[in-house]
Amino acid sequence: MASAATVWDGRRPEQSWLSRKLDDRRVLAALFMLPVAALLFTFLSYPLGLGIWLGFTDTRIGRDGIWIGLENYIYLFEDSVFWLSVFNTIVYTVLATVLKFALGLWLALLLNHHLPFKSLIRAIVLLPWIVPTVLSAIAFWWIYDPQFSIISYVLKGMGIIDTNIDFLGEPWNARLSLIAANVWRGIPFVAISLLAGLQTISPSLYEAAMIDGATAWERFVHVTVPMLMPILAVVLTFSVLLTFTDFQLVYAITRGGPNNATHLMATLAFQRAIPGGYLGEGAAIAVAMIPFLVASTIFSYVALARRKWQQGGRDD
Amino acid sequence: MTELAAEKAPVVTAERTGVINWDSLPRRMMVIYVPLILFLLTLLFPFYWMVITAFKPNAELYNFTDYSPFWVSSPTLEHINRLLFQTDYPRWLWTTMVVAVSSTVLSLFVSVLAAYAVQRLRFKGSQWVGLAIYLAYLVPPSILFIPLATMIFKMGLYDSPLALILTYPTFLVPFCTWLLIGYFKSIPYELEECALIDGATRLQIMWKVTLPLAVPGLISAGIFAFTLSWNEFIYALAFIQSSEKKTVPVAVLTQLVEGDVYHWGSLMAGALLGSIPVALIYSFFVDYYVSSLTGAVKE
Repeated sequence: MASAATVWDGRRPEQSWLSRKLDDRRVLAALFMLPVAALLFTFLSYPLGLGIWLGFTDTRIGRDGIWIGLENYIYLFEDSVFWLSVFNTIVYTVLATVLKFALGLWLALLLNHHLPFKSLIRAIVLLPWIVPTVLSAIAFWWIYDPQFSIISYVLKGMGIIDTNIDFLGEPWNARLSLIAANVWRGIPFVAISLLAGLQTISPSLYEAAMIDGATAWERFVHVTVPMLMPILAVVLTFSVLLTFTDFQLVYAITRGGPNNATHLMATLAFQRAIPGGYLGEGAAIAVAMIPFLVASTIFSYVALARRKWQQGGRDD
Repeated sequence: MTELAAEKAPVVTAERTGVINWDSLPRRMMVIYVPLILFLLTLLFPFYWMVITAFKPNAELYNFTDYSPFWVSSPTLEHINRLLFQTDYPRWLWTTMVVAVSSTVLSLFVSVLAAYAVQRLRFKGSQWVGLAIYLAYLVPPSILFIPLATMIFKMGLYDSPLALILTYPTFLVPFCTWLLIGYFKSIPYELEECALIDGATRLQIMWKVTLPLAVPGLISAGIFAFTLSWNEFIYALAFIQSSEKKTVPVAVLTQLVEGDVYHWGSLMAGALLGSIPVALIYSFFVDYYVSSLTGAVKE
């Protein structure tokens, strides 16, 4: 031991200026943050601001716009198609979210039992979430075909209907068909996330509730739901955010038709901006989505804060 | 875990309060297996339909009276053949692969550095930076694509795969960083302290201690990034114009429909082939995927 002490003089070997700087925590942190800052400022913060600015201009494709104040918004305010898209977006988001969470929670509760082939079942459940949305939307497009729809075929075979259902030709049929496709795609994420939440609930809580004579329903309402609340709030925020800004599914299946009846705000923004060429107006529609997004983000933050408070943790 | 609780239930309550015995087989069948099987069938049906349509000859496809629509009597490769040899499909696959791999690598590089800085180097205000990155994830592409399109045009990147490689990280990096921050948090800090005492520099610590331990986290972030960029649609639709440079999701939707003629067989074959790469990757790493998906939500 004594010889070792003489060899090691308690200091690190001499380093060059560069390697000393690289070993400085703050220098290294700044260096490491540089790429992410450059990337997110250039392609996220700047376009976000640019989008808000574009909403106040009459920019078209191939021509820089001039400041026109609120003209785009005043025009949209009187545009019935815009209000229809707002209505559709809200109906789409609310109905799809309610169904996704009701069915997703049910599926999570089912998966929380001891089941054979557990990993196979889980893989099947996640499949709709993995496959590119547009590609599964094409499958739904075919399922909703006016002439060769398999659903119409089965229902006719069962004697429930006489003629084919016009899934995508009638406004409400088209809206509900899109919602069904969205729910189908969204269930896996909700179910798997809630399943993770269910598995963190301590069995002793259920035991305690049962000793107190709680029925299965009471256990669900008074133990499962409150314990699931924090994760539910986070998943809900994400789900609402994704559904509200959805573009792919509608664009792939109906492109906003029939007669603009299924346009969401995102698809209308695209329609007006890229094929239509009115970038300013499209940007204004996109900007009109921001208040809703901010509201759901604040909801998420409040829910997260509440969670920490519940667990007795501090903010970190 | 509820099962554990349910097993103990009869001991305490069965006789007095008449709680239903959840373990009786018929009841278990009715409340668990029947709904579960219905769920699984519904979730699988569109894929089944996709596969069956891709291999059906047109004669069967449009004739429900002579053939059962649920089965193929004489499977054909005609649609896949048309897709591979009469369209640009192989090129679309290649473009998508190049874009997805490049943006994944770029995002992983950026995210690892950022997550390490936020979680391990802990500079002043690092928790706010972490929050800002989390918020960046909440900015959806639907409100960014219009200003991004004007930027891309001004930068001369319009109709170039580079536009996609540079813009995809905007939604990949926040997610990967967030996931990796969570993963780094789970690696004991003591290991790094030991290395520090042994005289390793911070770069060496990151490269030789933390990153090798974070490989599962890197794999799941990589899978997420790859699947997200493979699935991306709106940027690819807005920034790419020429047919041969399109990515698979956009090309299948815009190039395979000729006027009013829908070649359903080829469309389904295109959707099927386009889903296979992500499905394969995912099937190899399903455990990473699930644990990081749920881990990220719980974070």
